[in-house]
Amino acid sequence: MLSIKGLKVKLEDEDKQILKGVDLEVEAGKVHAIMGPNGSGKSTLSYVLSGKDGYEVTGGSASLEGIDLLDMEPEERAAAGLFLAFQYPVEIPGVGNMTFLRTAVNAQRKARGEEEMSAAEFLKVVRARAKELKIDAAMLKRPVNVGFSGGEKKRNEILQMAMLEPKMCILDETDSGLDVDAMKLVADGVNALRSEGRGFLVITHYQRLLDHIQPDVVHIMADGRIIKTGGPELAIEVENNGYAGILAEVA
Amino acid sequence: MADLALKQTPTEAMIGSLTLPVGGWSDTARKDALARLQGMGLPQRRDEYWKYTRPDTLIQPEPVSAALRGSDDVALFDQIDRIKIVFVDGVYDADASDDLAQEGITIDRLADMPTDLHWARDLYGTLEKNGQTPVARPLAVMNTAFAPDGMLIRVTGKPSKPVNFIYRRRTEIADAMLHHCIKLDAGAEMTLLENGPVAARFNGVLEVEVGDQAAFHHVRAQGRDHEQRAATHIFTRLGTESAFKSFTLTANGMMTRNECVIELTGDDAAAHVAGACVGDGADFHHDDTVFVTHDAVNCESRQVFKKVLRNGATGVFQGKILVKEGAQKTDGYQISQSLLLDGDSQFLAKPELEIYADDVACSHGSTSGAIDEDALFYLQSRGVPAAKATDLLTLAFLAEAVAEVEDETLRDEMTGRLTSWLERHAG
Repeated sequence: MLSIKGLKVKLEDEDKQILKGVDLEVEAGKVHAIMGPNGSGKSTLSYVLSGKDGYEVTGGSASLEGIDLLDMEPEERAAAGLFLAFQYPVEIPGVGNMTFLRTAVNAQRKARGEEEMSAAEFLKVVRARAKELKIDAAMLKRPVNVGFSGGEKKRNEILQMAMLEPKMCILDETDSGLDVDAMKLVADGVNALRSEGRGFLVITHYQRLLDHIQPDVVHIMADGRIIKTGGPELAIEVENNGYAGILAEVA
Repeated sequence: MADLALKQTPTEAMIGSLTLPVGGWSDTARKDALARLQGMGLPQRRDEYWKYTRPDTLIQPEPVSAALRGSDDVALFDQIDRIKIVFVDGVYDADASDDLAQEGITIDRLADMPTDLHWARDLYGTLEKNGQTPVARPLAVMNTAFAPDGMLIRVTGKPSKPVNFIYRRRTEIADAMLHHCIKLDAGAEMTLLENGPVAARFNGVLEVEVGDQAAFHHVRAQGRDHEQRAATHIFTRLGTESAFKSFTLTANGMMTRNECVIELTGDDAAAHVAGACVGDGADFHHDDTVFVTHDAVNCESRQVFKKVLRNGATGVFQGKILVKEGAQKTDGYQISQSLLLDGDSQFLAKPELEIYADDVACSHGSTSGAIDEDALFYLQSRGVPAAKATDLLTLAFLAEAVAEVEDETLRDEMTGRLTSWLERHAG
């Protein structure tokens, strides 16, 4: 599904190398987790994959189902099936959440040569999905993320994911700023979307999110590289011993 | 004589090209205005009040030309049951208009100079003249002297339908000058809608006397024809517990100067004036000039102006709040913002506060900014193409100004007009 080979990335404006050769394969139907200390390059990886400005790829490749991601505009990557759930979802005053969702869904459909969703059909689907995530009608009417609590923002991310039905989902620190109940709700939303044809890459500091979204594979990232890969037990090791032990072991 | 003609000032040349309408109750006001105009002269480039906007094309005696683009046919306010009053090239067209006889409102034509309209005689040119201090507004004076047509509206009740001035163009080269007077009696209410390109060059004055507890709502859509030039003035005076709310949408137009002069003279009154403007191209120039005078207790004024400028377009905002001595508990708010979609466009703002009372709350702000890159990326990452995402964010930027329109149907009409402009001007 997602194939990253030797990916090297530096900041565009600064002579600072962030990713120093990342190799990662996420298969369809699998959940991979990336854990790592602050500054290890986890969020940069998610931004580079989704096409944010400000980074320069200096080596390696990244593809989705064999299609080169790095040459595409962000909207083309989205239409190809990539989705990033933001660590800090952006507030967009003046743009209604519903308008935003419908514009996004139909833009992707159009880009793929599919028929656009009618207003009535869209409304029906979005209401059903929103209900599952305990997103009320008022939240759908409000401007995108404006005045949303941390939990509401993250649920809104999952709602977008549910509506866009991507092939490959990247969740960047989705647990940050969430209390236990909110995290459970978000995790349930994600788990409901797990399917054979869909891959997940869950980026997190802590193991607790992985209690709710059980990963198949866990990677440890440090200093711009994946330094260790293992099963779910690796996350528990981090939880118990921190990163220090693993870092020392690799060094 | 040839020598004299050569020595004509621009003001004399302009006056010489115009015909003073005579015969009727407006004669006194017109002659008075002519004398005032001769005294003050037309605006010049060195005038401080015209620092950011060149008056040249507005004061040249030679008429200007603007291509006809069939923009008359674009429907606006069609969903609304309204009293249509149509002007063609600045002349009232009775055949195209609705019956002027309506309940709660009397509508007369200025050009007919109806003899018994004492209220109109008292109002015509009065608020305009009042608005000449502390800053001269010569184009409005010229209008009072020379405007051949316009409507005189007296509102005694609460007419069920809004009045819609529809301005059509049939001639490429035409000047139009219209002077409307509206008087709302105590407790009266009306909504005025204005749309259409008027003329290649338009000089408009609207005088609105808002009586005690009366309410005036105004929604205007100007522009459409690119080469168009316009200088408009609104003069209003507000009585106790009255309300004045005006919104203007501007799209296109090489030169637009909209002045709004508001005087709050009755306690507990509220005046809101707002504008949303979209401009494309180096020859686009749009100027909002507002002057609000608080001369009563516990009044509220609000100015909200937003401009989207691209491909070298220029926007200007000059806004002043003057709080006179004794105008305590004044609540004055002013915001002017521009969204510059490229480095060639510019926004020039001159916000001013002048306060002579000690118990007031006045705030003003002015900003210029580019598209929010984070929001743009967020939208793109959801599959919205960059151009469409920019349009969405542009509309979102303008939404705060459009939100000043209280009526939902009218608000949707304004949003629709902006959306279609963005679609036509894609890229």
